[in-house]
Amino acid sequence: MALPDKQGHFGEFGGRYVPETLMTLLIDLEKQFNALRRNKAFRDEFAFYLKEYAGRPTNLYLAERLSRHLRTLKVYLKREDLLHTGAHKINNTLGQILVARRMGKTRIIAETGAGQHGVAAATAAALFGLECVIYMGAEDIRRQSLNVFRMKLLGAKVIPVTSGSQTLKDAMNEAIRDWVTHVRETFYIIGSVAGPHPYPLMVREFQAVIGVEARKQFLAKERKLPDHLVACVGGGSNAMGLFHAFYKDKGVGMIGVEAAGKGLNTHEHSATLSKGPVGVMHGSKSNLLQDKDGQVQVAHSVAAGLDYPGVGPEHAYYQKTGRAQYVAVDDKAAIRGFKMLSRLEGIIPALETAHVLAYLETLARKSKKGTTVIVNLSGRGDKDVNQIQQLI
Amino acid sequence: MNRIDRKFEQLKEQGKKAFIAFITAGDPNLKVTGELVLAFEKAGVDIVELGVPFSDPMADGPVIQASSQRALDQGISLSKIFDCVRRIRQRSDIPIALMTYYNPVFHFGQENAVKAAVKAGVDGFIIPDLPCEEAGDWIKYAKKANISTVFFVAPTTLPARIKPIAHGSNGFIYYVSLTGVTGAKQNLLKEAAAGIRRVRRMTQKPVCVGFGISTPAQVRAFSRVADGVIVGSAIVRAIEKNTGQRDLVKNVVRFVRNLSCAV
Repeated sequence: MALPDKQGHFGEFGGRYVPETLMTLLIDLEKQFNALRRNKAFRDEFAFYLKEYAGRPTNLYLAERLSRHLRTLKVYLKREDLLHTGAHKINNTLGQILVARRMGKTRIIAETGAGQHGVAAATAAALFGLECVIYMGAEDIRRQSLNVFRMKLLGAKVIPVTSGSQTLKDAMNEAIRDWVTHVRETFYIIGSVAGPHPYPLMVREFQAVIGVEARKQFLAKERKLPDHLVACVGGGSNAMGLFHAFYKDKGVGMIGVEAAGKGLNTHEHSATLSKGPVGVMHGSKSNLLQDKDGQVQVAHSVAAGLDYPGVGPEHAYYQKTGRAQYVAVDDKAAIRGFKMLSRLEGIIPALETAHVLAYLETLARKSKKGTTVIVNLSGRGDKDVNQIQQLI
Repeated sequence: MNRIDRKFEQLKEQGKKAFIAFITAGDPNLKVTGELVLAFEKAGVDIVELGVPFSDPMADGPVIQASSQRALDQGISLSKIFDCVRRIRQRSDIPIALMTYYNPVFHFGQENAVKAAVKAGVDGFIIPDLPCEEAGDWIKYAKKANISTVFFVAPTTLPARIKPIAHGSNGFIYYVSLTGVTGAKQNLLKEAAAGIRRVRRMTQKPVCVGFGISTPAQVRAFSRVADGVIVGSAIVRAIEKNTGQRDLVKNVVRFVRNLSCAV
């Protein structure tokens, strides 16, 4: 069975739950995207920008000091932090902007939490001279002022969203409203493997380059496949990007690390797959943090890029079918992971990725010596340095 | 035949169009919601659309979103709204449709929601983020219980999709007068009229028009091209303006009567 199916379903998850105004556009986008992904000229164009502009392939780096510290694990870092704009997000925004250009759209909108996707969207829009509007929660604007400044430098208009929890989910609501209103000329670049079909598919395809490269690089270095892949999961795009190429390699374990925030026994976390029942938000059916009445709960994480109450439908499917397992790491541990990588390897990771590094300590305790792991180092931590300074 | 179908049948016999009023249930509280519905009936409202507040109302503009938030702050839930309708039913037979995002009913359980709706005296559901492609189970349960499900046609809807939408829709078909969210203003009568005619050619079911309609003049104009006119944000704004005042119901009903008379 193809995943997703024609209606965009991954088993019971996914689909298209949007106002009618957007349906025609999504059907059209799906058609265009499906044609483009088979079109050699388009694929070459995308590959060109990934290589020449974004800086791919990224290294698969054996973190020796980190591995020694963890004793049982041999850890490879997929260095998405070395990409232009500092995170994996650029893969997807370059891909989508090329689609937008082919569709004749003149205006780009995007939502952003940590700001990495906003910066990547603003970058791609600047590269092709398109108007760009970024929606960002007012709370996130406070937390990520440096990224806001970068977006403005790149010529984007940043609109603070003051409704609801003033974070990513509300920014996404606002972006969808803008999209419904300006649907004819506007292309909405969704930043994760979330949203209505075909977005989870499209974002996955643009991010899949991470896993395709990592698989080849790992095979070249180790002459076998890794035991585990580990990546952080907010919406889940960097994780899906790494996981997807290994989907059929049954021996390769996949672990998604969610944010446990202040603890899974509190309401202040973002561990959607660990704690959320199935629900519908932002156009797709997946796990969702919600209360007893089906109202969406506010998520929390020290990492702005993880505090999203939803998660991509394909992850929900991976969890349900047992293909991947999902664990959660709290704020405190994430900060420990942040410091650990900085000191052991001279790499300051994004706070999002720091959750994964903290989880490695748990994984190491459960593993036999020589267990191999690929960690998706999804972004660099420059944006978080100010915040961390206040926390430690 | 449920109350909504009967109403359109009656109106047709009388050669009249429907005036449909939207309010958010529980804004400012459920007691006032009940009073408003009863007063609306006397003021010539044909069908009431009761909004179920949702935390993430992506098809709504700021006015309805704010009223949703006010209702949520009161702890309003789907069960409490069913109770409210049950109380209204002791005194009135006005057709009532719930306007809800999909997650609250999905979380409630689709079959349970339909059963509770029947028990309470709710006649239909309008679910803006549930397109007919995803509505298979819902339609099955609703049809069995004689509950109407209203689907939308937008200006962007391609002709090929109108037929399945019209087929799945019961009670009436909701024509969106503009590309945008609720409360927006720049609707184009001419374009909407052409769109409504397109829908009419495909179905016998009533077609009602909403989004961005706020004045008696607009109501009059749109009622010439559709079987009914829906006003939401303007009424919600009137409630917001009168919240905390003793004359809330009286003032809002005066506003609504001016609109309903224009049909």
